[in-house]
Amino acid sequence: MSQDFRLDNVGMVNREKKISFKFNGKKYFGFEGDTIASALIANGVHLVGRSFKYHRPRGFFGVGVDEPYAILQLDRNNERDPNIRATEQEIFEGLEVKSVNCWPSVNFDIGAINNFLKMFFPAGFYYKTFMWPPSFWYKIYEPFIRMAAGFGEASIKHDKERYEHKYEYCDLLITGSGPSGLASAYAAAKNGARVILAEDKPRFGGSLLTSDVNIGNQTGVEWAQKIIAELKSMPNVTVKNRSQVFGYYDHNMLVMSERISDHLPKTQKYLPKQRLWYIRANEVLISSGSIERPLVFGNNDTPGVMLSSAAKEYMKVYGVLVGKKPLIFTNNDSGYETAIEFKKNGVNPIILDTRSDPSSDIITEAKNLSIEIKFSYVVVAAKGYKKVKSADIAKISDDKKELFNIENIKCDCICVSGFWTPSIHLASQSGNKSKFNEKIDAFVPDKSKQQESTIGSANGIFTLEETIKDAFDKGFDVSNKITEKNNKISVPTVVEKKSTVHDKFWCVPLPKGKSYKRFLDFQNDVAVSDIELALREGFRSIEHVKRYTTLGMATDQGKTSNLNGLQLVSDIENKVVPQVGHTTFRPPYTPVSIGAIVGREVGKHSKPTRKSPMHSWHEKNNAVFVDAGVWLRPRYYKQGNEGIFEASKREAKNVRQNVGVCDVTTLGKIDVKGPDAAEFLNRVYTNAWLKLPVGKARYGVMLREDGIVMDDGTTTRISENHYHMTTTTAQAANVLSHLEYYLQLVWPELNVNVVSTTEQWAGAAIAGPNSRKLLMKLFPNLDVSNEGLPFMGYKEADLFGVPAKIYRISFSGELAYEINVESDNGYFMWEKIMEVGKEFQIQPYGTEALSTLRIEMGHVAGSELDGRTIPYDASLEGLVSKKKDFIGKRSLNRSAFTSTDREKLVGVVPIDKTTSIPEGSYIVKDPKAKFPNPKLGHVSASCWSVEYDNPFSLAIIKDGKNMIGQKLFAMSPLKNKTIPVEIVSSHYVDPEGKRVRS
Amino acid sequence: MLYINCPHCGLRSQNEFAYGGDATVKRPELNKEISDQEWDNFVYLRKSPRGKHLELWHHISGCRQWIKVERDTSTHEIFKTYKANEAIE
Repeated sequence: MSQDFRLDNVGMVNREKKISFKFNGKKYFGFEGDTIASALIANGVHLVGRSFKYHRPRGFFGVGVDEPYAILQLDRNNERDPNIRATEQEIFEGLEVKSVNCWPSVNFDIGAINNFLKMFFPAGFYYKTFMWPPSFWYKIYEPFIRMAAGFGEASIKHDKERYEHKYEYCDLLITGSGPSGLASAYAAAKNGARVILAEDKPRFGGSLLTSDVNIGNQTGVEWAQKIIAELKSMPNVTVKNRSQVFGYYDHNMLVMSERISDHLPKTQKYLPKQRLWYIRANEVLISSGSIERPLVFGNNDTPGVMLSSAAKEYMKVYGVLVGKKPLIFTNNDSGYETAIEFKKNGVNPIILDTRSDPSSDIITEAKNLSIEIKFSYVVVAAKGYKKVKSADIAKISDDKKELFNIENIKCDCICVSGFWTPSIHLASQSGNKSKFNEKIDAFVPDKSKQQESTIGSANGIFTLEETIKDAFDKGFDVSNKITEKNNKISVPTVVEKKSTVHDKFWCVPLPKGKSYKRFLDFQNDVAVSDIELALREGFRSIEHVKRYTTLGMATDQGKTSNLNGLQLVSDIENKVVPQVGHTTFRPPYTPVSIGAIVGREVGKHSKPTRKSPMHSWHEKNNAVFVDAGVWLRPRYYKQGNEGIFEASKREAKNVRQNVGVCDVTTLGKIDVKGPDAAEFLNRVYTNAWLKLPVGKARYGVMLREDGIVMDDGTTTRISENHYHMTTTTAQAANVLSHLEYYLQLVWPELNVNVVSTTEQWAGAAIAGPNSRKLLMKLFPNLDVSNEGLPFMGYKEADLFGVPAKIYRISFSGELAYEINVESDNGYFMWEKIMEVGKEFQIQPYGTEALSTLRIEMGHVAGSELDGRTIPYDASLEGLVSKKKDFIGKRSLNRSAFTSTDREKLVGVVPIDKTTSIPEGSYIVKDPKAKFPNPKLGHVSASCWSVEYDNPFSLAIIKDGKNMIGQKLFAMSPLKNKTIPVEIVSSHYVDPEGKRVRS
Repeated sequence: MLYINCPHCGLRSQNEFAYGGDATVKRPELNKEISDQEWDNFVYLRKSPRGKHLELWHHISGCRQWIKVERDTSTHEIFKTYKANEAIE
């Protein structure tokens, strides 16, 4: 299709570069620098979507972030982006976009039947329609609503694009590169401040791009280009286009999304698609400008009705005519600028001005250009379904209540201007309570809460001269506070056309006998009648009216609708707008990609991965890994066709029969040093520590102050004032914080230091009846006999030239040792153990076998110490000192903790000795009892006992040890299993603990 | 995101810190006889004031020191920060 609506030699797009793209499958051409909106308008396309509720035809309303209509879905390199604003997305070669919220097509949309059923869709129809009968909800109402809801479809495929996060600091962040932003950035940068200037659009300059003004003897555009070029050359300035500052958070933290590759056919190799900037700014100048307000009249949502400033920008920036027979409907002078622009491009507009007799430079200019102007005239209703074809216009009485001489005139677009609304969202998000400015009928920022200040039209200043002067001053003042420099730039002279006051009129009354829909919120289809209904039904608070009618709740957050909504509520309620107040502004100001928020923290990058120094050995030897917190640990070592069950059984059996080796590097390790270290441990652990001799280890349990077990592990006295504490893998970080808390805040008088040494040591546990023989070969010069290195003993020795620490501790219940070497020597140690252990039938074992071994020994771990257990519950009463005080001891006297009713640790064996009991099963007396079946406890861990070759589980049940010998049932509703079981001791293997001491 | 002035390291972003609760709570002395009520107050009961609040923060990704922060719970304004055992003004 040819670009019939493209002007010759006007605008800023690159005519040298023609670009083709597809919209709803049809090919169109535009130029480099076009948005989808400008390119489609150039081709005469105005129907791009369907509205949310009534499926009414939708065209283009604005030219930027305020766009409520033209939401499209973009397909790019097999990726899908819903919620694209056609007014923002630039075209590139091969771009494919399609309309949303319509079926089968935007031209013929079945959903449009809603438009004829609109009496059934009043405000709050969700709350009224889908109530009865309740049984309809799941099967009929909810699926129906889900089908109808939302704009576009998200892709279910993995997004392969890259998104980045960046943290930045600056003296001054300026949000918008219009006249105020440029002037303040220039003044501050010249005064030595580190400045970030962010512009949402591709082009810098804001309103200067479209206004007919002079600054310092240059046109506005020339001045903007000069300032930007100079700012870009300064080392203390960062200038960013396509970058939206969308959120203002605590302590002057602002977040900006930079669209780096969205306008390119393909993301460049070393660039992300989008980058999210977290900017901590000393000061912020908000120069986000203002958005034109619509006027409200019948069928004001028809494609072809748009903001007059948008029509002007399409002409001046893109060289595109939004229509060839334009009607300008305005209550202020801004509409005249658009009309003059049309006239200059050879199109004859008609201006309808609601004012009766205004006069200003610009009105005189329009008259001199012989533009037809009708004063005290309004548009009553737009006519046409998929595009404006004509308009009913009328003269309006001075009190704006009566319409006369209604007539129909032909037109192909209606450009509306209802004056300007400052964009106060960032100021409001910062905590700034806004105030109402009667002069402009809009809210402006009030007193600053954080280090921010608003300039230019965002602050309700609408003359360029005042804007430039104020911005230069603010830029200087703010930078002077930070840099203490006094380099002040002189303010350039400004030439602009003076305008006169606007008319407060905003909503055209309905003519007698007509019931046109007059829309306030164009994206959520909220009409004047919906607000009236909500107020009739008793809603008063503007926050309630908003939620009930969904006014301003669409993805455009009511950028064009909020103020008119407030105006209507205050008119009906006979209040003034400030009494009604406005709803809360919340970030993000514009929709942000989920990908940008997530950044690079996807998949494997969502958390760090920690590997032991022996990791590559495990990999080479067919280890199957499991996530243990952030660590990767071997779960089992696969041989042949083995599954996890066979492999772990083989590994565990080999420990019981010969010797196995397990990577225990991941255990938390904390060095505790200082003259008061023993006293400190004595307060931290439940058992006694003062008499532990040097060279001996002890098992300890630590509690939280509420008496619940926090962690367990062994601690070894390395020397007089040096202890080596181990924690579980999962709790390592928490235990360190816990110890630091008590040392720094509660008992600062104790002379003790703690530091994590987890990463300094590589650990290997060798366990099994052959482990001593292996140890003798590893350390030939060391006395490792039962007397020389007894259970819970500690020795330092030399492992083939590498210093090593040997702890005789056991988690498996077998004769076992743990060897630690410096991390760098871990691989060497492991290889030596495997090499020397060959003759003793050594095999590595993973966490699965480790679990089996500890479960059949009745050793507790995380599944028993689950944040609900006190020491008595886990058969650890022997470790609770009666004599001394310790953290959490006072809590153990609580009646709930001393009650005999508490669930305690036992063992469980299936009576048939073959059926495994699912973890999490409930233990019950009678499987057939009525719901809810009283539960005695639950199964915390299950394994296949390699000692007895049958299933064995640990469980925590009421009355614990007294239940031993009872025949009960384990029920797993999840697995749909009921298994007859016998309660046994939790110490299933070697209950006397002979092996560890052998 | 808060900007917290660690008395040891200087201004750092909130994501380097972990919140540690009310800093005015004092742990009962060891080996001291106290009533159930006193212990219960210490372990479980906390005020949730609107306005100024002295609280603990742990600089876990920095100097590992516990610090005290005087913060307004409604505006998030931070008035002053203290080292663990500094006298509170």
